[in-house]
Amino acid sequence: MNWLSTIIRPRIRSIVNEQKDVPDNLWSKCPKCDGMLFHKELKASKNVCYHCNFHMTITVKQRLELLFDDAKYEKIALPKVPHDPLKFKHRKKYVDQLKDAQSKTGEREALVIGKGTIGGQNTVVAAFNFAFIGGSMGTAVGEGIVRAAQEAVQTKSALIVIPASGGARMQEGMLSLMQMPRTIIAADMVKEQGLPYIVLLTNPTTGGVSASFAMVGDIHIAEPGATVGFAGRRVIEETVRETLPDDFQTAEYLLDHGMVDMVVERTKLHHEIAKLLCLLMSPTTDTKKLKGSGYGDQSKDAKGKNSTSTPKTKGTKASVRKASDLAKEPANKSADTQKNAPKSAKTSQ
Amino acid sequence: MSQLEFEKQIIEVEGKITELKNMSSESSANMADELQRMEKKVHKLLTQTYSKLTPAQKVQVARHQNRPHFLDYVNVLFDDFTLLAGDRNFANDEALLGGIGRFQGQSCVIIGQERGHDTESRLKHNFGMARPEGYRKAQRLMKMAEQFNLPIITLVDTAGAYPGLGAEERGQSEAIAKSIETCLNVSVPIISIIIGEGGSGGAIAIATADRIYMLEHSIYSVISPEGCASILWRSRDFADEAATALKITAQDIEKLGLIDGIIAEPVGGAHRAKAETIQNVADQIAKALKQLTPWDADKLKAARRQKFLSFGQAA
Repeated sequence: MNWLSTIIRPRIRSIVNEQKDVPDNLWSKCPKCDGMLFHKELKASKNVCYHCNFHMTITVKQRLELLFDDAKYEKIALPKVPHDPLKFKHRKKYVDQLKDAQSKTGEREALVIGKGTIGGQNTVVAAFNFAFIGGSMGTAVGEGIVRAAQEAVQTKSALIVIPASGGARMQEGMLSLMQMPRTIIAADMVKEQGLPYIVLLTNPTTGGVSASFAMVGDIHIAEPGATVGFAGRRVIEETVRETLPDDFQTAEYLLDHGMVDMVVERTKLHHEIAKLLCLLMSPTTDTKKLKGSGYGDQSKDAKGKNSTSTPKTKGTKASVRKASDLAKEPANKSADTQKNAPKSAKTSQ
Repeated sequence: MSQLEFEKQIIEVEGKITELKNMSSESSANMADELQRMEKKVHKLLTQTYSKLTPAQKVQVARHQNRPHFLDYVNVLFDDFTLLAGDRNFANDEALLGGIGRFQGQSCVIIGQERGHDTESRLKHNFGMARPEGYRKAQRLMKMAEQFNLPIITLVDTAGAYPGLGAEERGQSEAIAKSIETCLNVSVPIISIIIGEGGSGGAIAIATADRIYMLEHSIYSVISPEGCASILWRSRDFADEAATALKITAQDIEKLGLIDGIIAEPVGGAHRAKAETIQNVADQIAKALKQLTPWDADKLKAARRQKFLSFGQAA
């Protein structure tokens, strides 16, 4: 550049060095409002800017911990599928791209499945990892969603899928397009059993992902500001030469246009989802009495009066909410509550 | 008339043949010989060219404006064909058409995209790019087919669902997703033919079927080669490379096991012989219908679900 940037600026920097000494990772900047964010506070706010409420990305691990009761869940391994069915190569080989993504993220593919309870209700969560090739959906992700649905059906759990994806994995060509019907079948398998299928739309959810399993949920929840739409903004601008509104394809825009049930701030997600799952899965038990781990007022739980509607044991037989079964197990803490909820057995038939 | 670059030589000879035929009043034996010789040459050239079309060339053939389109098929294949309009919610989409008609004696519901054949009709049909209303009309008609126990035939020919402001506003994603879901769950047979371009979500929305066939020179792709090139190669100039890499030809997709068969096109492609192409499609529909009739709704749905679950299944 010029002498200003090469000589003067470093000197000034060396003079005010003390300020620079703060380690980089202590502070970060909000990409939207440029506000400075202290890492501890940012962690507490779940990566939501506490100046402007901008929802930044969080890792899949953080996401799952945020949703499950007591941040506890069991990871379910993704089934192995043949990778690179097309022997795809662009500027680099798809197999190498996959390896890079795997070493970058430490995950095998763009989907992580976990199971546990939310509001005491058995739940399987399949969360996309945008850091893995844009969270794109190929055969492995499709298979993962099918696997998650099967797990939900087997363990009578709710299924929550959390897309964060640019769309189909084009490196897998038509096989990736075929994951659209395939993941819809997965969603239908859960819905047919009378189990809740909830979609939590996060930034971004577009293309073949938004036009498949993401839009057939019983309930659609979106995170504030998340981009959700079919075609990309640029493509639309180029095609139709229309001026697009600023909030085009945001979660709030979708709410206005009737495509999502609610926009929920990240810090309130666990509470909202827990409440919904209790309403749907324990329809005759007063939600206020369903004070399970992580939902509602924990202090009352300590008295043992109103424990969770479902046993805390994950994925075991005991998790089948059948009043008659539970009555035979007096040792089970939740038996009281269960007796009041005979209709919740619907899903266990 | 649009000309394909790789057909230049062929079109030249074809032009000469037409010229000669026009002069036929003064025809002599000599001229007839010449005509025959040239026709043979054209046939040979066409056979050679069309037996080894590159994926990029197939893209051009699949999009050729003289290929038979939805209405061409419908008017020939179905007796008493009656267009049915509207999604009962917002509007009538002109890109995605549907109706009822009789195919070789059997009443059917027919759904498909119409691209139009000249500027006026292309504008009317929005170049075959449907808005959410189109996919909602498709759902309505599929449910009607179920109600009256009629098989569904879909003819797929679209660059993709329309990317527009209104389309997004009215939930293009939801309309496509629900259309796929409806295809998966109807209790009647559903047969799909990719007659030209099978463009991504806009195509699969009506192509999630018990039997899927592709015309010999049609294409079916998760993204247009141009779109793929601009993302992965960072330039649309690499569309030809993308067309090859994406494996979008009927032949490639058959190898991947994603379709049930390829319908032959006459030498030189469907745009040279509409009637013959339409007949070939009719024969395939008849065969497929025969295979699927009579049907047991539960078994049919279970088999359809199994078919789509198997695409990309873990070993």
